[in-house]
Amino acid sequence: MKQKIKKEKKNWEEKVLKKILEKRPERKKHFENYSKIKIERLYTPEDIEGLDYLKDLGFPGNFPFTRGVQPTMYRGRLWTMRQYAGMGDAEESNKRYKYLLKQGQTGLSVAFDLPTQIGYDSDHQLAIGEVGRVGVAIDSLQDMEVLFKGVPLDRVSTSMTINSPCAILLAMYIAVAEKQGINLSKLSGTTQNDSLKEYIARGTYIFPPLPSLRLTTDVNEYASKHLPKWNPISISGYHIREAGATAVQELAFTLANGLAYVEALKMRNLKPDDFAPRFSFFFAVHNNFFEEIAKFRAARRLWARLMKERFQVQNPKSMMLRFHAQTGGSTLTAQQPDNNIARVTLQALAAVLGGTQSLHTNSRDEALALPSEDSVQIALRTQQIIAYESGVSDTVDPLAGSYYLESLTDQMEKEALTYIKRIDDLGGMLAAIEKGFIQREIQNSAYIHQKKIEKKEEVVVGLNRFQSDPAFSAPQKNHEVRKGGVDSKIEERQKRRLLKLKEERDNKKVKKALNNIKKAIHPTPLQRGGVHNQKNLMPVILEAVGVYATVGEICDILRQEFGEYRESVSI
Amino acid sequence: MSLIEKILQGDHKATAKLISKIEDEPTSTLKEIKVLEERIVPVHTLGITGPPGVGKSTLIARLIEHYREKNKKVGVLAIDPSSPFTGGALLGDRIRMQMPSPDEGVFIRSMATRGQLGGLSRATNNAIKVLSGWGADIVIVETVGAGQAEVEVMRVADTIVLVLSPGLGDDIQMMKAGILEIGDIFVINKIDQGETGHLERNLELVRPGREKEGWVPAIIKTIAIKGSGIDELYKKIEKHRKYLKNKK
Amino acid sequence: MRKKIRVLIAKPGLDGHDRGAKVVAKALRDAGMEVIYTGIRQTTEQIVNTAIQEDVDCLGLSILSGAHVKLFPEIVELLKKRGGEKILIFAGGIVPSEDIPELESIGISKIFGPGTSTQEIIDFIKTQIGADRKRR
Ligand SMILES: Nc1nc2c(ncn2[C@@H]2O[C@H](COP(=O)(O)OP(=O)(O)OP(=O)(O)O)[C@@H](O)[C@H]2O)c(=O)[nH]1
Ligand SMILES: [Mg+2]
Repeated sequence: MKQKIKKEKKNWEEKVLKKILEKRPERKKHFENYSKIKIERLYTPEDIEGLDYLKDLGFPGNFPFTRGVQPTMYRGRLWTMRQYAGMGDAEESNKRYKYLLKQGQTGLSVAFDLPTQIGYDSDHQLAIGEVGRVGVAIDSLQDMEVLFKGVPLDRVSTSMTINSPCAILLAMYIAVAEKQGINLSKLSGTTQNDSLKEYIARGTYIFPPLPSLRLTTDVNEYASKHLPKWNPISISGYHIREAGATAVQELAFTLANGLAYVEALKMRNLKPDDFAPRFSFFFAVHNNFFEEIAKFRAARRLWARLMKERFQVQNPKSMMLRFHAQTGGSTLTAQQPDNNIARVTLQALAAVLGGTQSLHTNSRDEALALPSEDSVQIALRTQQIIAYESGVSDTVDPLAGSYYLESLTDQMEKEALTYIKRIDDLGGMLAAIEKGFIQREIQNSAYIHQKKIEKKEEVVVGLNRFQSDPAFSAPQKNHEVRKGGVDSKIEERQKRRLLKLKEERDNKKVKKALNNIKKAIHPTPLQRGGVHNQKNLMPVILEAVGVYATVGEICDILRQEFGEYRESVSI
Repeated sequence: MSLIEKILQGDHKATAKLISKIEDEPTSTLKEIKVLEERIVPVHTLGITGPPGVGKSTLIARLIEHYREKNKKVGVLAIDPSSPFTGGALLGDRIRMQMPSPDEGVFIRSMATRGQLGGLSRATNNAIKVLSGWGADIVIVETVGAGQAEVEVMRVADTIVLVLSPGLGDDIQMMKAGILEIGDIFVINKIDQGETGHLERNLELVRPGREKEGWVPAIIKTIAIKGSGIDELYKKIEKHRKYLKNKK
Repeated sequence: MRKKIRVLIAKPGLDGHDRGAKVVAKALRDAGMEVIYTGIRQTTEQIVNTAIQEDVDCLGLSILSGAHVKLFPEIVELLKKRGGEKILIFAGGIVPSEDIPELESIGISKIFGPGTSTQEIIDFIKTQIGADRKRR
């Protein structure tokens, strides 16, 4: 049979193909995807000869999870449609959450403003102009209380995009839940808590990588013991991709970060099976349809294999890569913004065909500014159309068995593994980051990508081809853009609230709590491998937020003891 | 007020402008340089060199803090290579030398090599004079001691610090002998990252017989990102400064 | 005559999205310019201080957090104070079109929107600086 196909293929190439190619050459000499994987003209059974169905694909819900993490996938339950929200101050965001809940959105998500993300209070010198801009400003438990006022925390699942000071914000969330009288075992949601990727992509780091890894590990450890329904970490490739990485790099660096977190937890004398089931991932989804689907399938298979081989986990859940996906902000264009609806649709479809657990679809005008209400709605509707009208959710992993997709899945997995081994050789992710290896790889990819667009080797519709009349293609006006005036008001309000809080709270207790954090920090590891024997900082942080110590105050203590990180790579 | 007068009063903009002129049209600045030479005492110049990424800039940042605590004005020239193909350059040393808020007493200037052999050290030498005129109590020059031109540049320095890091032990023998010969102080930075024994032994081997000059290059271990060992380095630099003074 | 165009690429504000800034820095270097890059989270004072000390011909600001409304005018003011008013300033990142006229009126010469090619930026700098030098 195989021989026969081979023979026939040769036959076809010589008799049919050759003639056509002579008459009409193909559009390009060389076809490749963003990961620089060569794309063949035609895929046949030959290309998946090595594929062993049971070993490499198996059944959904079973190792190696290539076909999905649940046996019935979307036939049982659709993915969670989760739209990023949160801006302005706590009151405004609170209103928005209530509106979204009414709209039937199944999960909440909190974006924090940049000062909060890098551990400064709203009255800090560096916070000027930034308060409440890209998310909600949280200075103390008081703001968190306002944010979730009237939102029953046992009945929502909350996703918080917070990394370096994650322990503090999670502690505040827990404190709010306790005040609502909710048992911690009922809290469900996700914290991003992926501090390592901040050094290679997103840039909202505070401390050096090693103490950051400790804080991340503190949160992971705490959650594994007290928050059974919480996903303490969302290991994020999204920002790595948005920073310019290829799909393979996104896959490799994200999983490598994941391995680093597992190693760190192991040093706390925890068994991977005790925590790995609650790990979750977060990927970007871009335009190259099959590349993206293959990436998700390869991610599941590779993670399962790595966990099994490197850590001998027993629980299938420890091998399962569950992920959230978001359409690629950097793929959207400011030119002809409505085209972005088509891009987002394509990407969302790829995420669904790749078996995502939850999905955020970007709004068409995100390349311009914060999205308008209309655009947010179209983005959500896009998901609903895929879910309810396209039929792709009616069967599990519908594209499996495609010669092309399976061969691509295999290649992506192999190339990602090659990267992971290179990182191993460098001494692991922490060392690779310190050496700037990862950062340089990403920067190079970003530069090459940009050059290709400029040389029109890569087509971006509306940008470097098919531009319309300049009058129409100019970035359009956006009616929801926040002007300076609005923000200054938020900043002022936030500052006033902070000032008042500092007058009204019991400052003696605050001082004591802060001092307790300081004491609990040591010993600080000077070297890698020194993460064990350390106290988990969550209890002292919980104590501090409970007496209304602010994010800035707590981070100041940590900065004093840990030091601050300086960017380590030039270009 | 003339450019020179402004520089002598510590004006940053004037200082920057004259350095630009030195880089762009060296011959047109001969007069100014002469005036400067007449009006100033030569400043102590510290050359910091070593392979890419060993932590030279980070070390300089720490030294700046140290000198500032003692209220000394610091000038820095950070030299990076120009691309031989395009003539362009990416000058990134400042990233590691940033202070939380700018300080009147610190002047940092990035210079590209611009592919000139003899010209680079002349430009550097003149730029040092400008910084001296600006009021620097010490001028620190950073280069990757790779090319010939850069080795030459180091010769304009009074005290030369060669920075290495653990793991470079085997590279020592292959390094430009020139650089090893002219080093007055050897720094092993990043000692938090590994064993230094191998490197130290190799340094001992190449540590040239400078006894007869009355100066034995010291080996100092530092962790620049944490600031440890900097005090010792500072003291060694000052010691070398005194040694040079006495020699004269 | 200046031999080389010197450019400072700076990131004011707190956002860490430096992809664009780095790509532009590299492209300008490849176009033969001397580019000083100082990393993310720069205060307005740091930026201006660097611009003066490095005697740059132009200053490129990249920001995605939205804080440009506050920070850009500050930079322009500080530059004036320190005698750097001749420095050509351009910007990129996410700047809503509503804000552009005001920013241009205070002295930001050009704001490059998303999707701008690096060649466009190179051409802009070369033309502007060239014209400026002829005038002098
Ligand atoms: N672990 C550790 N890292 C350090 C130390 N000193 C510097 N680094 C890091 O090493 C990297 C390079 O530091 P730089 O100061 O830029 O080194 P450099 O020699 O000036 O580099 P070039 O100018 O590019 O040749 C940065 O990421 C620093 O944070 C140290 O003592 N220990
Ligand atoms: Mg350096």
